[in-house]
Amino acid sequence: MTEHSKYHRIIPHVFLILAIFIVVFPIFVVFIASTHTSAEILSAPMPLTPGDKFIENYSRALLEGSENMGASAVTMIKNSLIMALGIAFGKIIISLLAAFAIVFFNFPLKKFCFWSIFITLMLPVEVRIMPTYKIISDLGLLNTYSGLILPMVVSATAVFLFRQFFMTIPKEIVEASQIDGASPMRFFFKILIPMTRTPIAAMFVIQFIYGWNQYLWPLLITTKENYYTLLIGINRMLSGADVQIEWQIVMATTLLALIPPVVVVMIMQKQFVSGMTDTEK
Amino acid sequence: MVKQYEFPNKELPYLLVMPQMIIVFVFFFWPAAQAVWQSFFLQDPFGGRMIFIGFENYLKLFTDPEYWDSFGISSLFSVMVAFFSMVTALFLAVQANKKIRFASFYKTMMIWPYAVATMVAGVLWLFLFNPNVGIIAYALKHSWGIEWSHLLNSKHALLLITLAASWKQIAYNFVFFLAGLQSVPATLIEAAAIDGASHRRQFWQIIFPLISPTSFYLLVMNLVYAFFETFPIIHQVTEGGPGKSTSILVYKVWRDGVVNLDLGSSAAQSVTLMILVIALTVLQFRFIERKVNY
Repeated sequence: MTEHSKYHRIIPHVFLILAIFIVVFPIFVVFIASTHTSAEILSAPMPLTPGDKFIENYSRALLEGSENMGASAVTMIKNSLIMALGIAFGKIIISLLAAFAIVFFNFPLKKFCFWSIFITLMLPVEVRIMPTYKIISDLGLLNTYSGLILPMVVSATAVFLFRQFFMTIPKEIVEASQIDGASPMRFFFKILIPMTRTPIAAMFVIQFIYGWNQYLWPLLITTKENYYTLLIGINRMLSGADVQIEWQIVMATTLLALIPPVVVVMIMQKQFVSGMTDTEK
Repeated sequence: MVKQYEFPNKELPYLLVMPQMIIVFVFFFWPAAQAVWQSFFLQDPFGGRMIFIGFENYLKLFTDPEYWDSFGISSLFSVMVAFFSMVTALFLAVQANKKIRFASFYKTMMIWPYAVATMVAGVLWLFLFNPNVGIIAYALKHSWGIEWSHLLNSKHALLLITLAASWKQIAYNFVFFLAGLQSVPATLIEAAAIDGASHRRQFWQIIFPLISPTSFYLLVMNLVYAFFETFPIIHQVTEGGPGKSTSILVYKVWRDGVVNLDLGSSAAQSVTLMILVIALTVLQFRFIERKVNY
């Protein structure tokens, strides 16, 4: 119907390829740097073709870590993974339960609970760091996994997403389960959870990434190297004079920090996009 | 909305919401209340004495030119990040939404940076612009004679954090704009094309008004992102410097509280920020209720 001139067909490709180049370029450079020696990176300009130190750098990053820090990437990957999975599963479980209570029951404090959860949407960690830090330290949870995970587990978005989904479930299904004599918890586990698979998957992707990428909170409460997450480790490796920074190790660790969430998004792109755009409403 | 079936149980729902409510109270309301409480006191950083001083922390804060500087920088930074990342994302979403080959490949390639941590985005661009090893810093120096130094030049510093923060946010905006564009009925566009409207007119007079709710939502989300969630970039790339030229509000709260141990002032700043977030969220919801356009 509209013009099909060559010009109009090529232009979008040009812009999109350019955009992809800008998106990929920094990561490409980081990858290149992670395959060279420190000296090669420091000799300006840095080479733009892969070097031969790939295995050496990555095995050092994974098993020993940078010289100015005592934590290896394996330890940090473990910590990041525990934190990300803890946050993702924690959020999903408590949000499913809360949304189930809010949608399928009528109780006097329902409105109050709903609004209390809703308001947390408005209080990002960044604005309440000091008092939250104090509570965690009073509870003796500094340098623990619980301390890393618990304050991040509340999720207004997950409660809303599940609530919205639960509202769309036909009443007849619930009534049928009642005629069969199923208890509310039986209904929850046997019927509701299996029906909610897709929103749960979407939430999992979003919350896993959220947990993996947390920075300020672990920065505050982890002072022991064996509780560092990858991002905190990278920060520590970079805080020193330029000459001491082992760029090749830092860059290898950066790539290790970047790959897991990216892979999760790429594999579950569909669920992820629908989950993100659904919570908007 | 249609009411969902309701189970008759009286105690069970309390048990079900309990975990969520405990965490909400212990980690949200309690710290928020503490922040409000502490903001009225002068506090010894090593525990012990607290002296009630009323609104003095706020008074000191609002008469401190440094605070207003920080506010100004945060606003400038947020507006730049929101502008760059939204305009770029909308433009690219329009391109990717055309009926072209490889469209789904392009989409995937645009979406994945969402998964890159804000902090990692900071490290990536820091590495490219590092005056000693950065490949872009090298190119700037040898091709254009620009001596890049974000640790000494505050314009460079602001530019670098804006670049890193926008780069990371494009993917998020792209996802929403693309969803918005896909919901514009194709029949409307075809009708306009038959009437002879140019591509430009189709976009500005049909598509753009129809996606205005998405745009508004994204505007608020981008401002919130730049104001509150870019702490990792600032902390990693500039540490608020040179001087205090990139010390945005969230960074200042952290610095005053964690590094300088000025708990009263840090609490007053936290409370001010909370009010700001609440205002933004309320604004968001009032507009969503009105649906902006349609």
